[in-house]
Amino acid sequence: MKKYRVTKTYQEINEKIRQGKAVVVTAEEMVDVVEKHGHVEAARKIDVVTTGTFSPMCSSGAFLNFGHTAPRLKASKVWLNDVQAYGGIAAVDCYIGVTEVAEGDPLNSVYPGEFNYGGGHVIEDLVAGNVIRLRAEGYGTDCYPARKYEKNITINDLRDAMLFNPRNAYQNYSCAVNMSDKTIYTYMGVLRPRMANANYATSGQLSPLFNDPYYLTIGIGTRIFLGGGQGYVAWHGTQHNPNVIRGKNGIPREGAGTIAVIGNLKEMSPAWLVGASMLGYGVSLYVGIGIPIPILNEAMAQYTSVKDEDIYTQIYDYSMDYPKGGALKSLGEVNYRDLRSGEIVVKGKKVVTAPLSSYYKAREIAQILKEWIERGDFFLSEPGQSLPTGSA
Amino acid sequence: MYSKKVVIRYTADNVDQPIICQLVKKHDLDFNILKAQILPRREGVIVVELTGSKENFDRGMRFLKEKGLQVEPVSKNVSQNTDKCVHCGACIAFCPTDSLYLDKQSMKVLFDAEKCNGCEFCVMACPVRAMEVNIF
Repeated sequence: MKKYRVTKTYQEINEKIRQGKAVVVTAEEMVDVVEKHGHVEAARKIDVVTTGTFSPMCSSGAFLNFGHTAPRLKASKVWLNDVQAYGGIAAVDCYIGVTEVAEGDPLNSVYPGEFNYGGGHVIEDLVAGNVIRLRAEGYGTDCYPARKYEKNITINDLRDAMLFNPRNAYQNYSCAVNMSDKTIYTYMGVLRPRMANANYATSGQLSPLFNDPYYLTIGIGTRIFLGGGQGYVAWHGTQHNPNVIRGKNGIPREGAGTIAVIGNLKEMSPAWLVGASMLGYGVSLYVGIGIPIPILNEAMAQYTSVKDEDIYTQIYDYSMDYPKGGALKSLGEVNYRDLRSGEIVVKGKKVVTAPLSSYYKAREIAQILKEWIERGDFFLSEPGQSLPTGSA
Repeated sequence: MYSKKVVIRYTADNVDQPIICQLVKKHDLDFNILKAQILPRREGVIVVELTGSKENFDRGMRFLKEKGLQVEPVSKNVSQNTDKCVHCGACIAFCPTDSLYLDKQSMKVLFDAEKCNGCEFCVMACPVRAMEVNIF
């Protein structure tokens, strides 16, 4: 066990929050604090660092229970504004996934498809309080005789609504270019030919898992900002992979950790859950997530002071290499300071960059979370179990 | 030198006349057609950048209006819906005139309508459909 010069417990930090004495900064502000005071002194001064990210996050969706009907129905097929939700759960439970496209959408038959409405938009409409057309069909049983049900509902008519996203807040993500001679339409946005643009995601130094690269404080049961409400880390996310190449600072140099998150959809807001239409690709949902990181010791102060220039990612070709599957060949490494400068150099060529994540909104989330903690409206929770860390 | 991008709208009465030709000959203006859609005997829209002295430009505008055409700056027809925009920046790599850009301080996506030439590349690149163009 490593000896730290500063040690604090979750209970001590929460007690400070309760007394309104906790010192909270955002991950951006922490960079300066550590630069000025060093990480040991910073650990003494600062109790919590808040992070934020706001990005299209596929592998998101919501479990909804629309309440029993009279006569009763076992809904095996469910649609919300003509977007199919998965009904094979129970009588009136369903799961609406964000990438499900509205029925009757021409998809990519008129290429590139516009994908104007889908599951992500249904969730945005729900949290906005908009009216949604609910349709359900069952095959009829002795206990659930109804075959059909149709009603206009809002989120208030739902008995329960919980956002449950199996894979969010990716710790690092690749930068996408197109080396072919024609424009391609991907989940990383529109990529113009001959590397005319490079698209990237994540909020860099503000992004949650970059500030706790070995998941020492972010674990199962961590309370978080989710979609404008308070939610929890439910599990490690699907495709969670801690065993990737990391820099000396512990930061993965490609996609690595992920988290599954859960929260009460009824407490969330359309400012932080926004439907997305990716031209030629499909629909998704922008999700806003913020995670507080307790500064338990100087190591956490060091981790949370990570800067954009110390975070690297790989550049991949999405025209040939990505679609064909298998191991990807990196076209080079680039850091987030350069990505955010608006221009990078790939194989000797200047390439314009475009983000898919909103740094502006990520910053707002970190700020809101900071205010919640300062006001005593948000307390830290100690993880019940750590995320798989691999060989840290 | 004065230069401005304008949207000129024709009606069924004047869409068949060579008005742009007369405009540049009479008023000594350079023109660069950015976009056009002409439906003979019905209507037409042309987006054009006009360059010349301010005096000639103003006289040219009066001439177009006398001919019964509707003229407005391009900037009136393109807008960023700031209620919808999430400031991600997916649009900026597509904007050929740099009228959409990321403000380095606030990290907000800003739109300078004066620079816009109405190409509409941003409209579909935007995942939340925050760019609104009403030219055609």
